[in-house]
Amino acid sequence: MAARKGSTSANRGRDVMGVGLAALNKLAGASVIDRLKLRKPSERAVYEASKAGFRAAGAANRRFASIAKRGSAERPGRSSEPELFDLTPSDEQKMIVEATSDFAKEQLRPAASAADSACEAPETILKRSIAELGVTQLGVPESLGGMASERSTTTGVLVAEALAHGDMGLAVACLAPAAVSNALVLFGNADQQATYLPSFVGDDVPAAALTVLEPHVLFDPFALKTTARRSGDGYVIDGVKSLVPRAATAELFVVGASLEGVPTLFLVESGSAGITVESEPAMGIRAASTARLILDGVKVPAGAVLGDADAYAEAIRLGRLGWAALACGTGKAVLDYVIPYVNERQAFGEPISNRQAVAFMVANIGIELEGARLVTLRAAARAEQGKTFARETALARRLTSEYGMQIGSSGVQLLGGHGYVKEHPVERWYRDLRACGVMEGVILV
Amino acid sequence: MTINLEIPKKFGMLINQAQQVSTEIFRPISRKYDQAEHEYPKELDMLAALIDGMNASGETSTGARGVRRDSSDKDKSNKNGTNMSGTLSIIEACWGDVAMVLSMPRQGLGNAAIASVANDEQLARFDKLWASMAITEPGFGSDSAEVTTTAVKDGDDYILNGEKIFVTAGGRSDAVVVWATLDKSLGRAAIKSFVVEKGTPGMVVERLEHKLGIRASDTATIRFTDCRVPAANLMGSPEIETELGFGGVMQTFDNTRPLVAGMAVGCARAALDEISTLLAEAGVEVDYDRPAHTQHAAAAEYLKMEADWEAAFLLTMEATWMADNNKPNSLQASMSKAKAGRVGVEITLKCVELAGAYGYSENSLLEKWSRDSKILDIFEGTQQIQQLIVARRLLNKSSSDLK
Repeated sequence: MAARKGSTSANRGRDVMGVGLAALNKLAGASVIDRLKLRKPSERAVYEASKAGFRAAGAANRRFASIAKRGSAERPGRSSEPELFDLTPSDEQKMIVEATSDFAKEQLRPAASAADSACEAPETILKRSIAELGVTQLGVPESLGGMASERSTTTGVLVAEALAHGDMGLAVACLAPAAVSNALVLFGNADQQATYLPSFVGDDVPAAALTVLEPHVLFDPFALKTTARRSGDGYVIDGVKSLVPRAATAELFVVGASLEGVPTLFLVESGSAGITVESEPAMGIRAASTARLILDGVKVPAGAVLGDADAYAEAIRLGRLGWAALACGTGKAVLDYVIPYVNERQAFGEPISNRQAVAFMVANIGIELEGARLVTLRAAARAEQGKTFARETALARRLTSEYGMQIGSSGVQLLGGHGYVKEHPVERWYRDLRACGVMEGVILV
Repeated sequence: MTINLEIPKKFGMLINQAQQVSTEIFRPISRKYDQAEHEYPKELDMLAALIDGMNASGETSTGARGVRRDSSDKDKSNKNGTNMSGTLSIIEACWGDVAMVLSMPRQGLGNAAIASVANDEQLARFDKLWASMAITEPGFGSDSAEVTTTAVKDGDDYILNGEKIFVTAGGRSDAVVVWATLDKSLGRAAIKSFVVEKGTPGMVVERLEHKLGIRASDTATIRFTDCRVPAANLMGSPEIETELGFGGVMQTFDNTRPLVAGMAVGCARAALDEISTLLAEAGVEVDYDRPAHTQHAAAAEYLKMEADWEAAFLLTMEATWMADNNKPNSLQASMSKAKAGRVGVEITLKCVELAGAYGYSENSLLEKWSRDSKILDIFEGTQQIQQLIVARRLLNKSSSDLK
């Protein structure tokens, strides 16, 4: 017998009044409005633009072909372990962060609101993030055509943070292909690297996405419902992946699936038969054009397995670190936005920031943000030094999930009614920050 | 320059020493002196001598006396020095027992104040003293500008009059660093700190407090009646420099707040380690990879506590690292104290709750740690004072705008 619930929501059976209301609602929702042509054209336009009803086969993909066979896979070298505690980025990191911050400020922030409404990132921004920042090349070793001299998870964290200071949704859209190129670098064999990586370091970088998340409650990336079974020379994948960025245009997916009970990553080209993409706009990160990826008997070759179970676990951790970094960036955007606002906004004859109730909220944003950022950086530094980082990653995720959201909520609260309307970006940041703690995969630093 | 947040290996020996002391000396006598309030833990004398020996070796420091900053050092390369090592050592020692650490001869907060603001001559002269800190008075707590204890120049001396309360180790220490005003009408700039040695006529320890926690540490009320102190015992400049305001004496806090944050970090770590063992015995294991919401509720609770702990620990490390590298760290010092102070209380209390009757009973030290930790969110600036400081810094507000 079900436990008796204590709230008034217990046992909400439909009574006579409920039946009447439901009928009325159905009428109001469809026939009456449409018959009288009351649905506003503008509403229709938004509906179309956001592709909210979109459902299609996966995009046709280019022919990924191995350019040159290699003997063994290339990996970026592990960075050496420094002797001292140090929070100062390297000169190279400073340059990268400065360029990324400029891009976030000049390109992402001004485009954020429209991209959020349209559920789509402007093509120019996506192209510039490749051409000017080289987001898909940062983690790729020079020997494979990229820009990395050694493994640098902290650089990945600093870049994600800087981009999310501009806009989290656009940051996710820009970084989605980089998750795939980074996964190929870290876990790919020689064939996989030779086949796919050249596209990610060239001029025409494909949209691509790494996806593990599934649309069911209490999701656990180590207990996937999507399955892969051996069939002939390859595998057959079945399942549904949720909140996949830029899925409609992606040419290559890295998909998490359970292979005989072991969570494993698979390379899946978008043109494969059995792939359907169904738009799935969410509360936030809407500029990333999130969609469901439905895999129905999708056949992949034997060479599609990307790394082993350890690689999968590492991908999950590096994804969580990426989301922690994004939360830090957007959290900092909130802090930077509310400071001038509460200093200028007057109430009871003085700036509201003269009141402890307001000032302490700002102080706590600062304290929790700094704490979460340091924990995220520690995890990243451990990762690139080749140390275990599962613990630190779990703690960074926990902090950014809880305090990131608290910061988003405080941001709206501090602006009051003004925070609730779209004239200010804090309502978007509130929606975006809820993604942290929910999302898995997608980003890989 | 590479971002790295691991504790440097060179402090490994120091940390190990502090862990040995915690485990072998503090823990076994922890409950005994919690119950025997005001009885001096005589075991500490031998230990203090040992620590004096350890301190004699250069770059590392075992605690409060390591907070001196070398502003003459022009070397801009990254440094991990005595602020960091001192705090690391305090963290490990407070894993053993916070009250014992507060009762350690020559490791008082007064020693940290001397290390922070004394000139070289004073530093040498007071080197062997165990100094406690006397700021609070019956009429004020957080608002330290309200000092009413007076210091009046008389020849080569100052005459002190007033009453100080909540002086940690005030009964046992050799000297007290006293905050007094040269001229109440001139406000903060007139507040100076004086080293007053025990036995100085006119200085009387009036009583010791009975407390919620840190019972092994004595908390004294000290009265000064026409107490004559040599002018050479005034630390910093004797001039009332109104433009410098409170800077002189407040500077101490930039160094001592990370130390107190470290105390909270150490005490909370003790509770976390204990509850981790107890939960494992009860069959609850924490998995860092699986989502918290798919694990046992106690495991999820543990993850939350450890995450808050880690943030407090790293904020504390950041504040000490900045001090070691001569970077202004008032903001980070207050951030570390605010975060560590509050999560120290939350964590230790939650561990009692998770351990149930066992945790609440005196059979376990969990209940003691949750009493001890509360003071760490109060002294050296309360939670609310830290938030005020952080807010003023972030909002660029003066203390008259944001009261």
